Amino acid sequence: MSAATMAGPARRARRKQYLPLQVLLGFLVVYFLIPFWWVFVNSSKDAAGLFGGGSALWFADDVDYVGNFIQLFTFDGGIYGRWLLNSALYAVVGGVGATLLAVSAGYGFAKFRFAGRRFSFAVLLGSVMVPATALVIPTFVMFSQLGITNTIWAVILPTLLNPFGVYLMNIYARDAVPDELLDAARVDGAGEFRAFVQIAVPLMRPAIVTVLLLSVVASWNNYFLPLAMLSDNRLFPVTVGIGLWQGIASANNAGGTSLWSIIILGSLVSVIPLVIAFLTLQRYWQGGLAIGSLK
Amino acid sequence: MTVHTASTDAPVLPEVRQRRPRRRADSSRHSVTGWLFVAPFAVVFLSLLVAPLLYALYLSMFQKSMIGGTRFVLFGNYLKAFSDPSFLSGVWFVILFSLVLIPLQMIVSLAVALILDQVTTWFSRFSRLMIFLPYAIPAVIGALMWGFLYSKNFGPLAEIFGMFGQTAPDFLSKNLIFFGLLNIVTWQWAGYYMIIIYAALQGIDPSLYEAARIDGASQWQITLRIKVPLITSALVLILVFALIGTLQFFNEPQILRYLAAGTIGPDFTPNMYAYQQAFALANYNYGSAISFALGAVVFICVYIFMFVTRKRGSFL
Repeated sequence: MSAATMAGPARRARRKQYLPLQVLLGFLVVYFLIPFWWVFVNSSKDAAGLFGGGSALWFADDVDYVGNFIQLFTFDGGIYGRWLLNSALYAVVGGVGATLLAVSAGYGFAKFRFAGRRFSFAVLLGSVMVPATALVIPTFVMFSQLGITNTIWAVILPTLLNPFGVYLMNIYARDAVPDELLDAARVDGAGEFRAFVQIAVPLMRPAIVTVLLLSVVASWNNYFLPLAMLSDNRLFPVTVGIGLWQGIASANNAGGTSLWSIIILGSLVSVIPLVIAFLTLQRYWQGGLAIGSLK
Repeated sequence: MTVHTASTDAPVLPEVRQRRPRRRADSSRHSVTGWLFVAPFAVVFLSLLVAPLLYALYLSMFQKSMIGGTRFVLFGNYLKAFSDPSFLSGVWFVILFSLVLIPLQMIVSLAVALILDQVTTWFSRFSRLMIFLPYAIPAVIGALMWGFLYSKNFGPLAEIFGMFGQTAPDFLSKNLIFFGLLNIVTWQWAGYYMIIIYAALQGIDPSLYEAARIDGASQWQITLRIKVPLITSALVLILVFALIGTLQFFNEPQILRYLAAGTIGPDFTPNMYAYQQAFALANYNYGSAISFALGAVVFICVYIFMFVTRKRGSFL
């Protein structure tokens, strides 16, 4: 940006100076994209193309995305499509739920003084340090006593917990929602809930989008929790499903070869939704991710 | 704002009245409302964080055996865990891994963020996005992608090294798996950390740079003496996250287990060991003890770290 506003010669000088840095960036981009490229290229191959000794980073003679696609979505009664839908369900319900809870609690902590507020907030901050995976085993035992393991709730309910989201919302609400504005609304006769929904929420929007995105990603990418909670493969999210296929394919080396091409395409397809979400929502998360670190 | 409420319960002391009553009146009025906003989260917090933690502690105090049934052993499982070579080797591995990974990740993400803060071309903006992209990839898929690249069967390493007449290193072998995993985790997270640092850099007031330049500071001095110190709290935040994440290491080694048969055992990391105990051997008591002990290790490590890097006004 600033380069564009500079005078011509100075700008050209800066450009030249930064050439080595840009080349370095170029190498980094190649490194970060290589796995994507590999997956993209190799999901066009069949077993013969994969194991036939052709180049691993280039297409085989026979490029067959369509064939692999059909195989991917019809294998085992089309279970892959189900996994994708499950992932979407867990991510949307869990992510939206976690965000609603975080927005409300963050606002409550930021804008009200109440008995036990300091203590609760200290506990909340401490809990950010509790490793999520430490909770999986006891939660599993608890849920199995309630009889809800191996149901969608076993995955969705634990996803609702996002202490860091509350922390982010609290920091953001403290600065972004002026007390004067809330007081004005109260004087005008708005109830607390209305003041929250109509005044605070719109002001908190950038932080809300960020927390939503973080929760959705965390849920979409989750592996340990659903792996532990679910045994019915029709309830699996796509991460656990592909892990399952991969285990099968690795276990019977020769018999599993046909599975590899759909595992590779399946990996590619499973990353597309989030990649699109990030590319299109750039303007929100790029600023939002910094919230926790600027304080 | 609460002049009318303040006057209704006007205290006797006039000087104090100036400052205190406003808040007092405020707090009594808002006490319930504040809790109402926090309550839904509090319910989830109590039932899905506090309860499982206490329950894990409770479960971890029992031992189940074939003959004796379930009996109370207090800290017996912890004594067992801290003398169990499987658990200890896992803990040792994740600590060692953190000690190498975190500095590496920090250096990479800080360097990239500083470059991106300096170079403002369309290509740098494009790079920023591409370097961040792995964050959107599930750890499982990321590990799988790299597993393919490492693989002797269909990875490109043999091909690339073959061009120079070398044999390719096998990152899935016992000797090199450490580096194989190091690479995967760095690839996955460096971009995310870079974005946080970058955003913090963008938040610095540019007039500071101008002032420094007028004082004759070089670009290097500006970078090291102004930029880096001003983003310390972002760096601390990242370190804490990286530490918490790495000590719970599970997804990547779990996925690579199949590809790297024999290299990664079920007790490779404490979390994998806890998973194996609980879900493969149905030993929930010992599994809970390991989980809880790991949680304690994480908490202590983070606390030590926070204590060492204590800085006023930073995170926590």
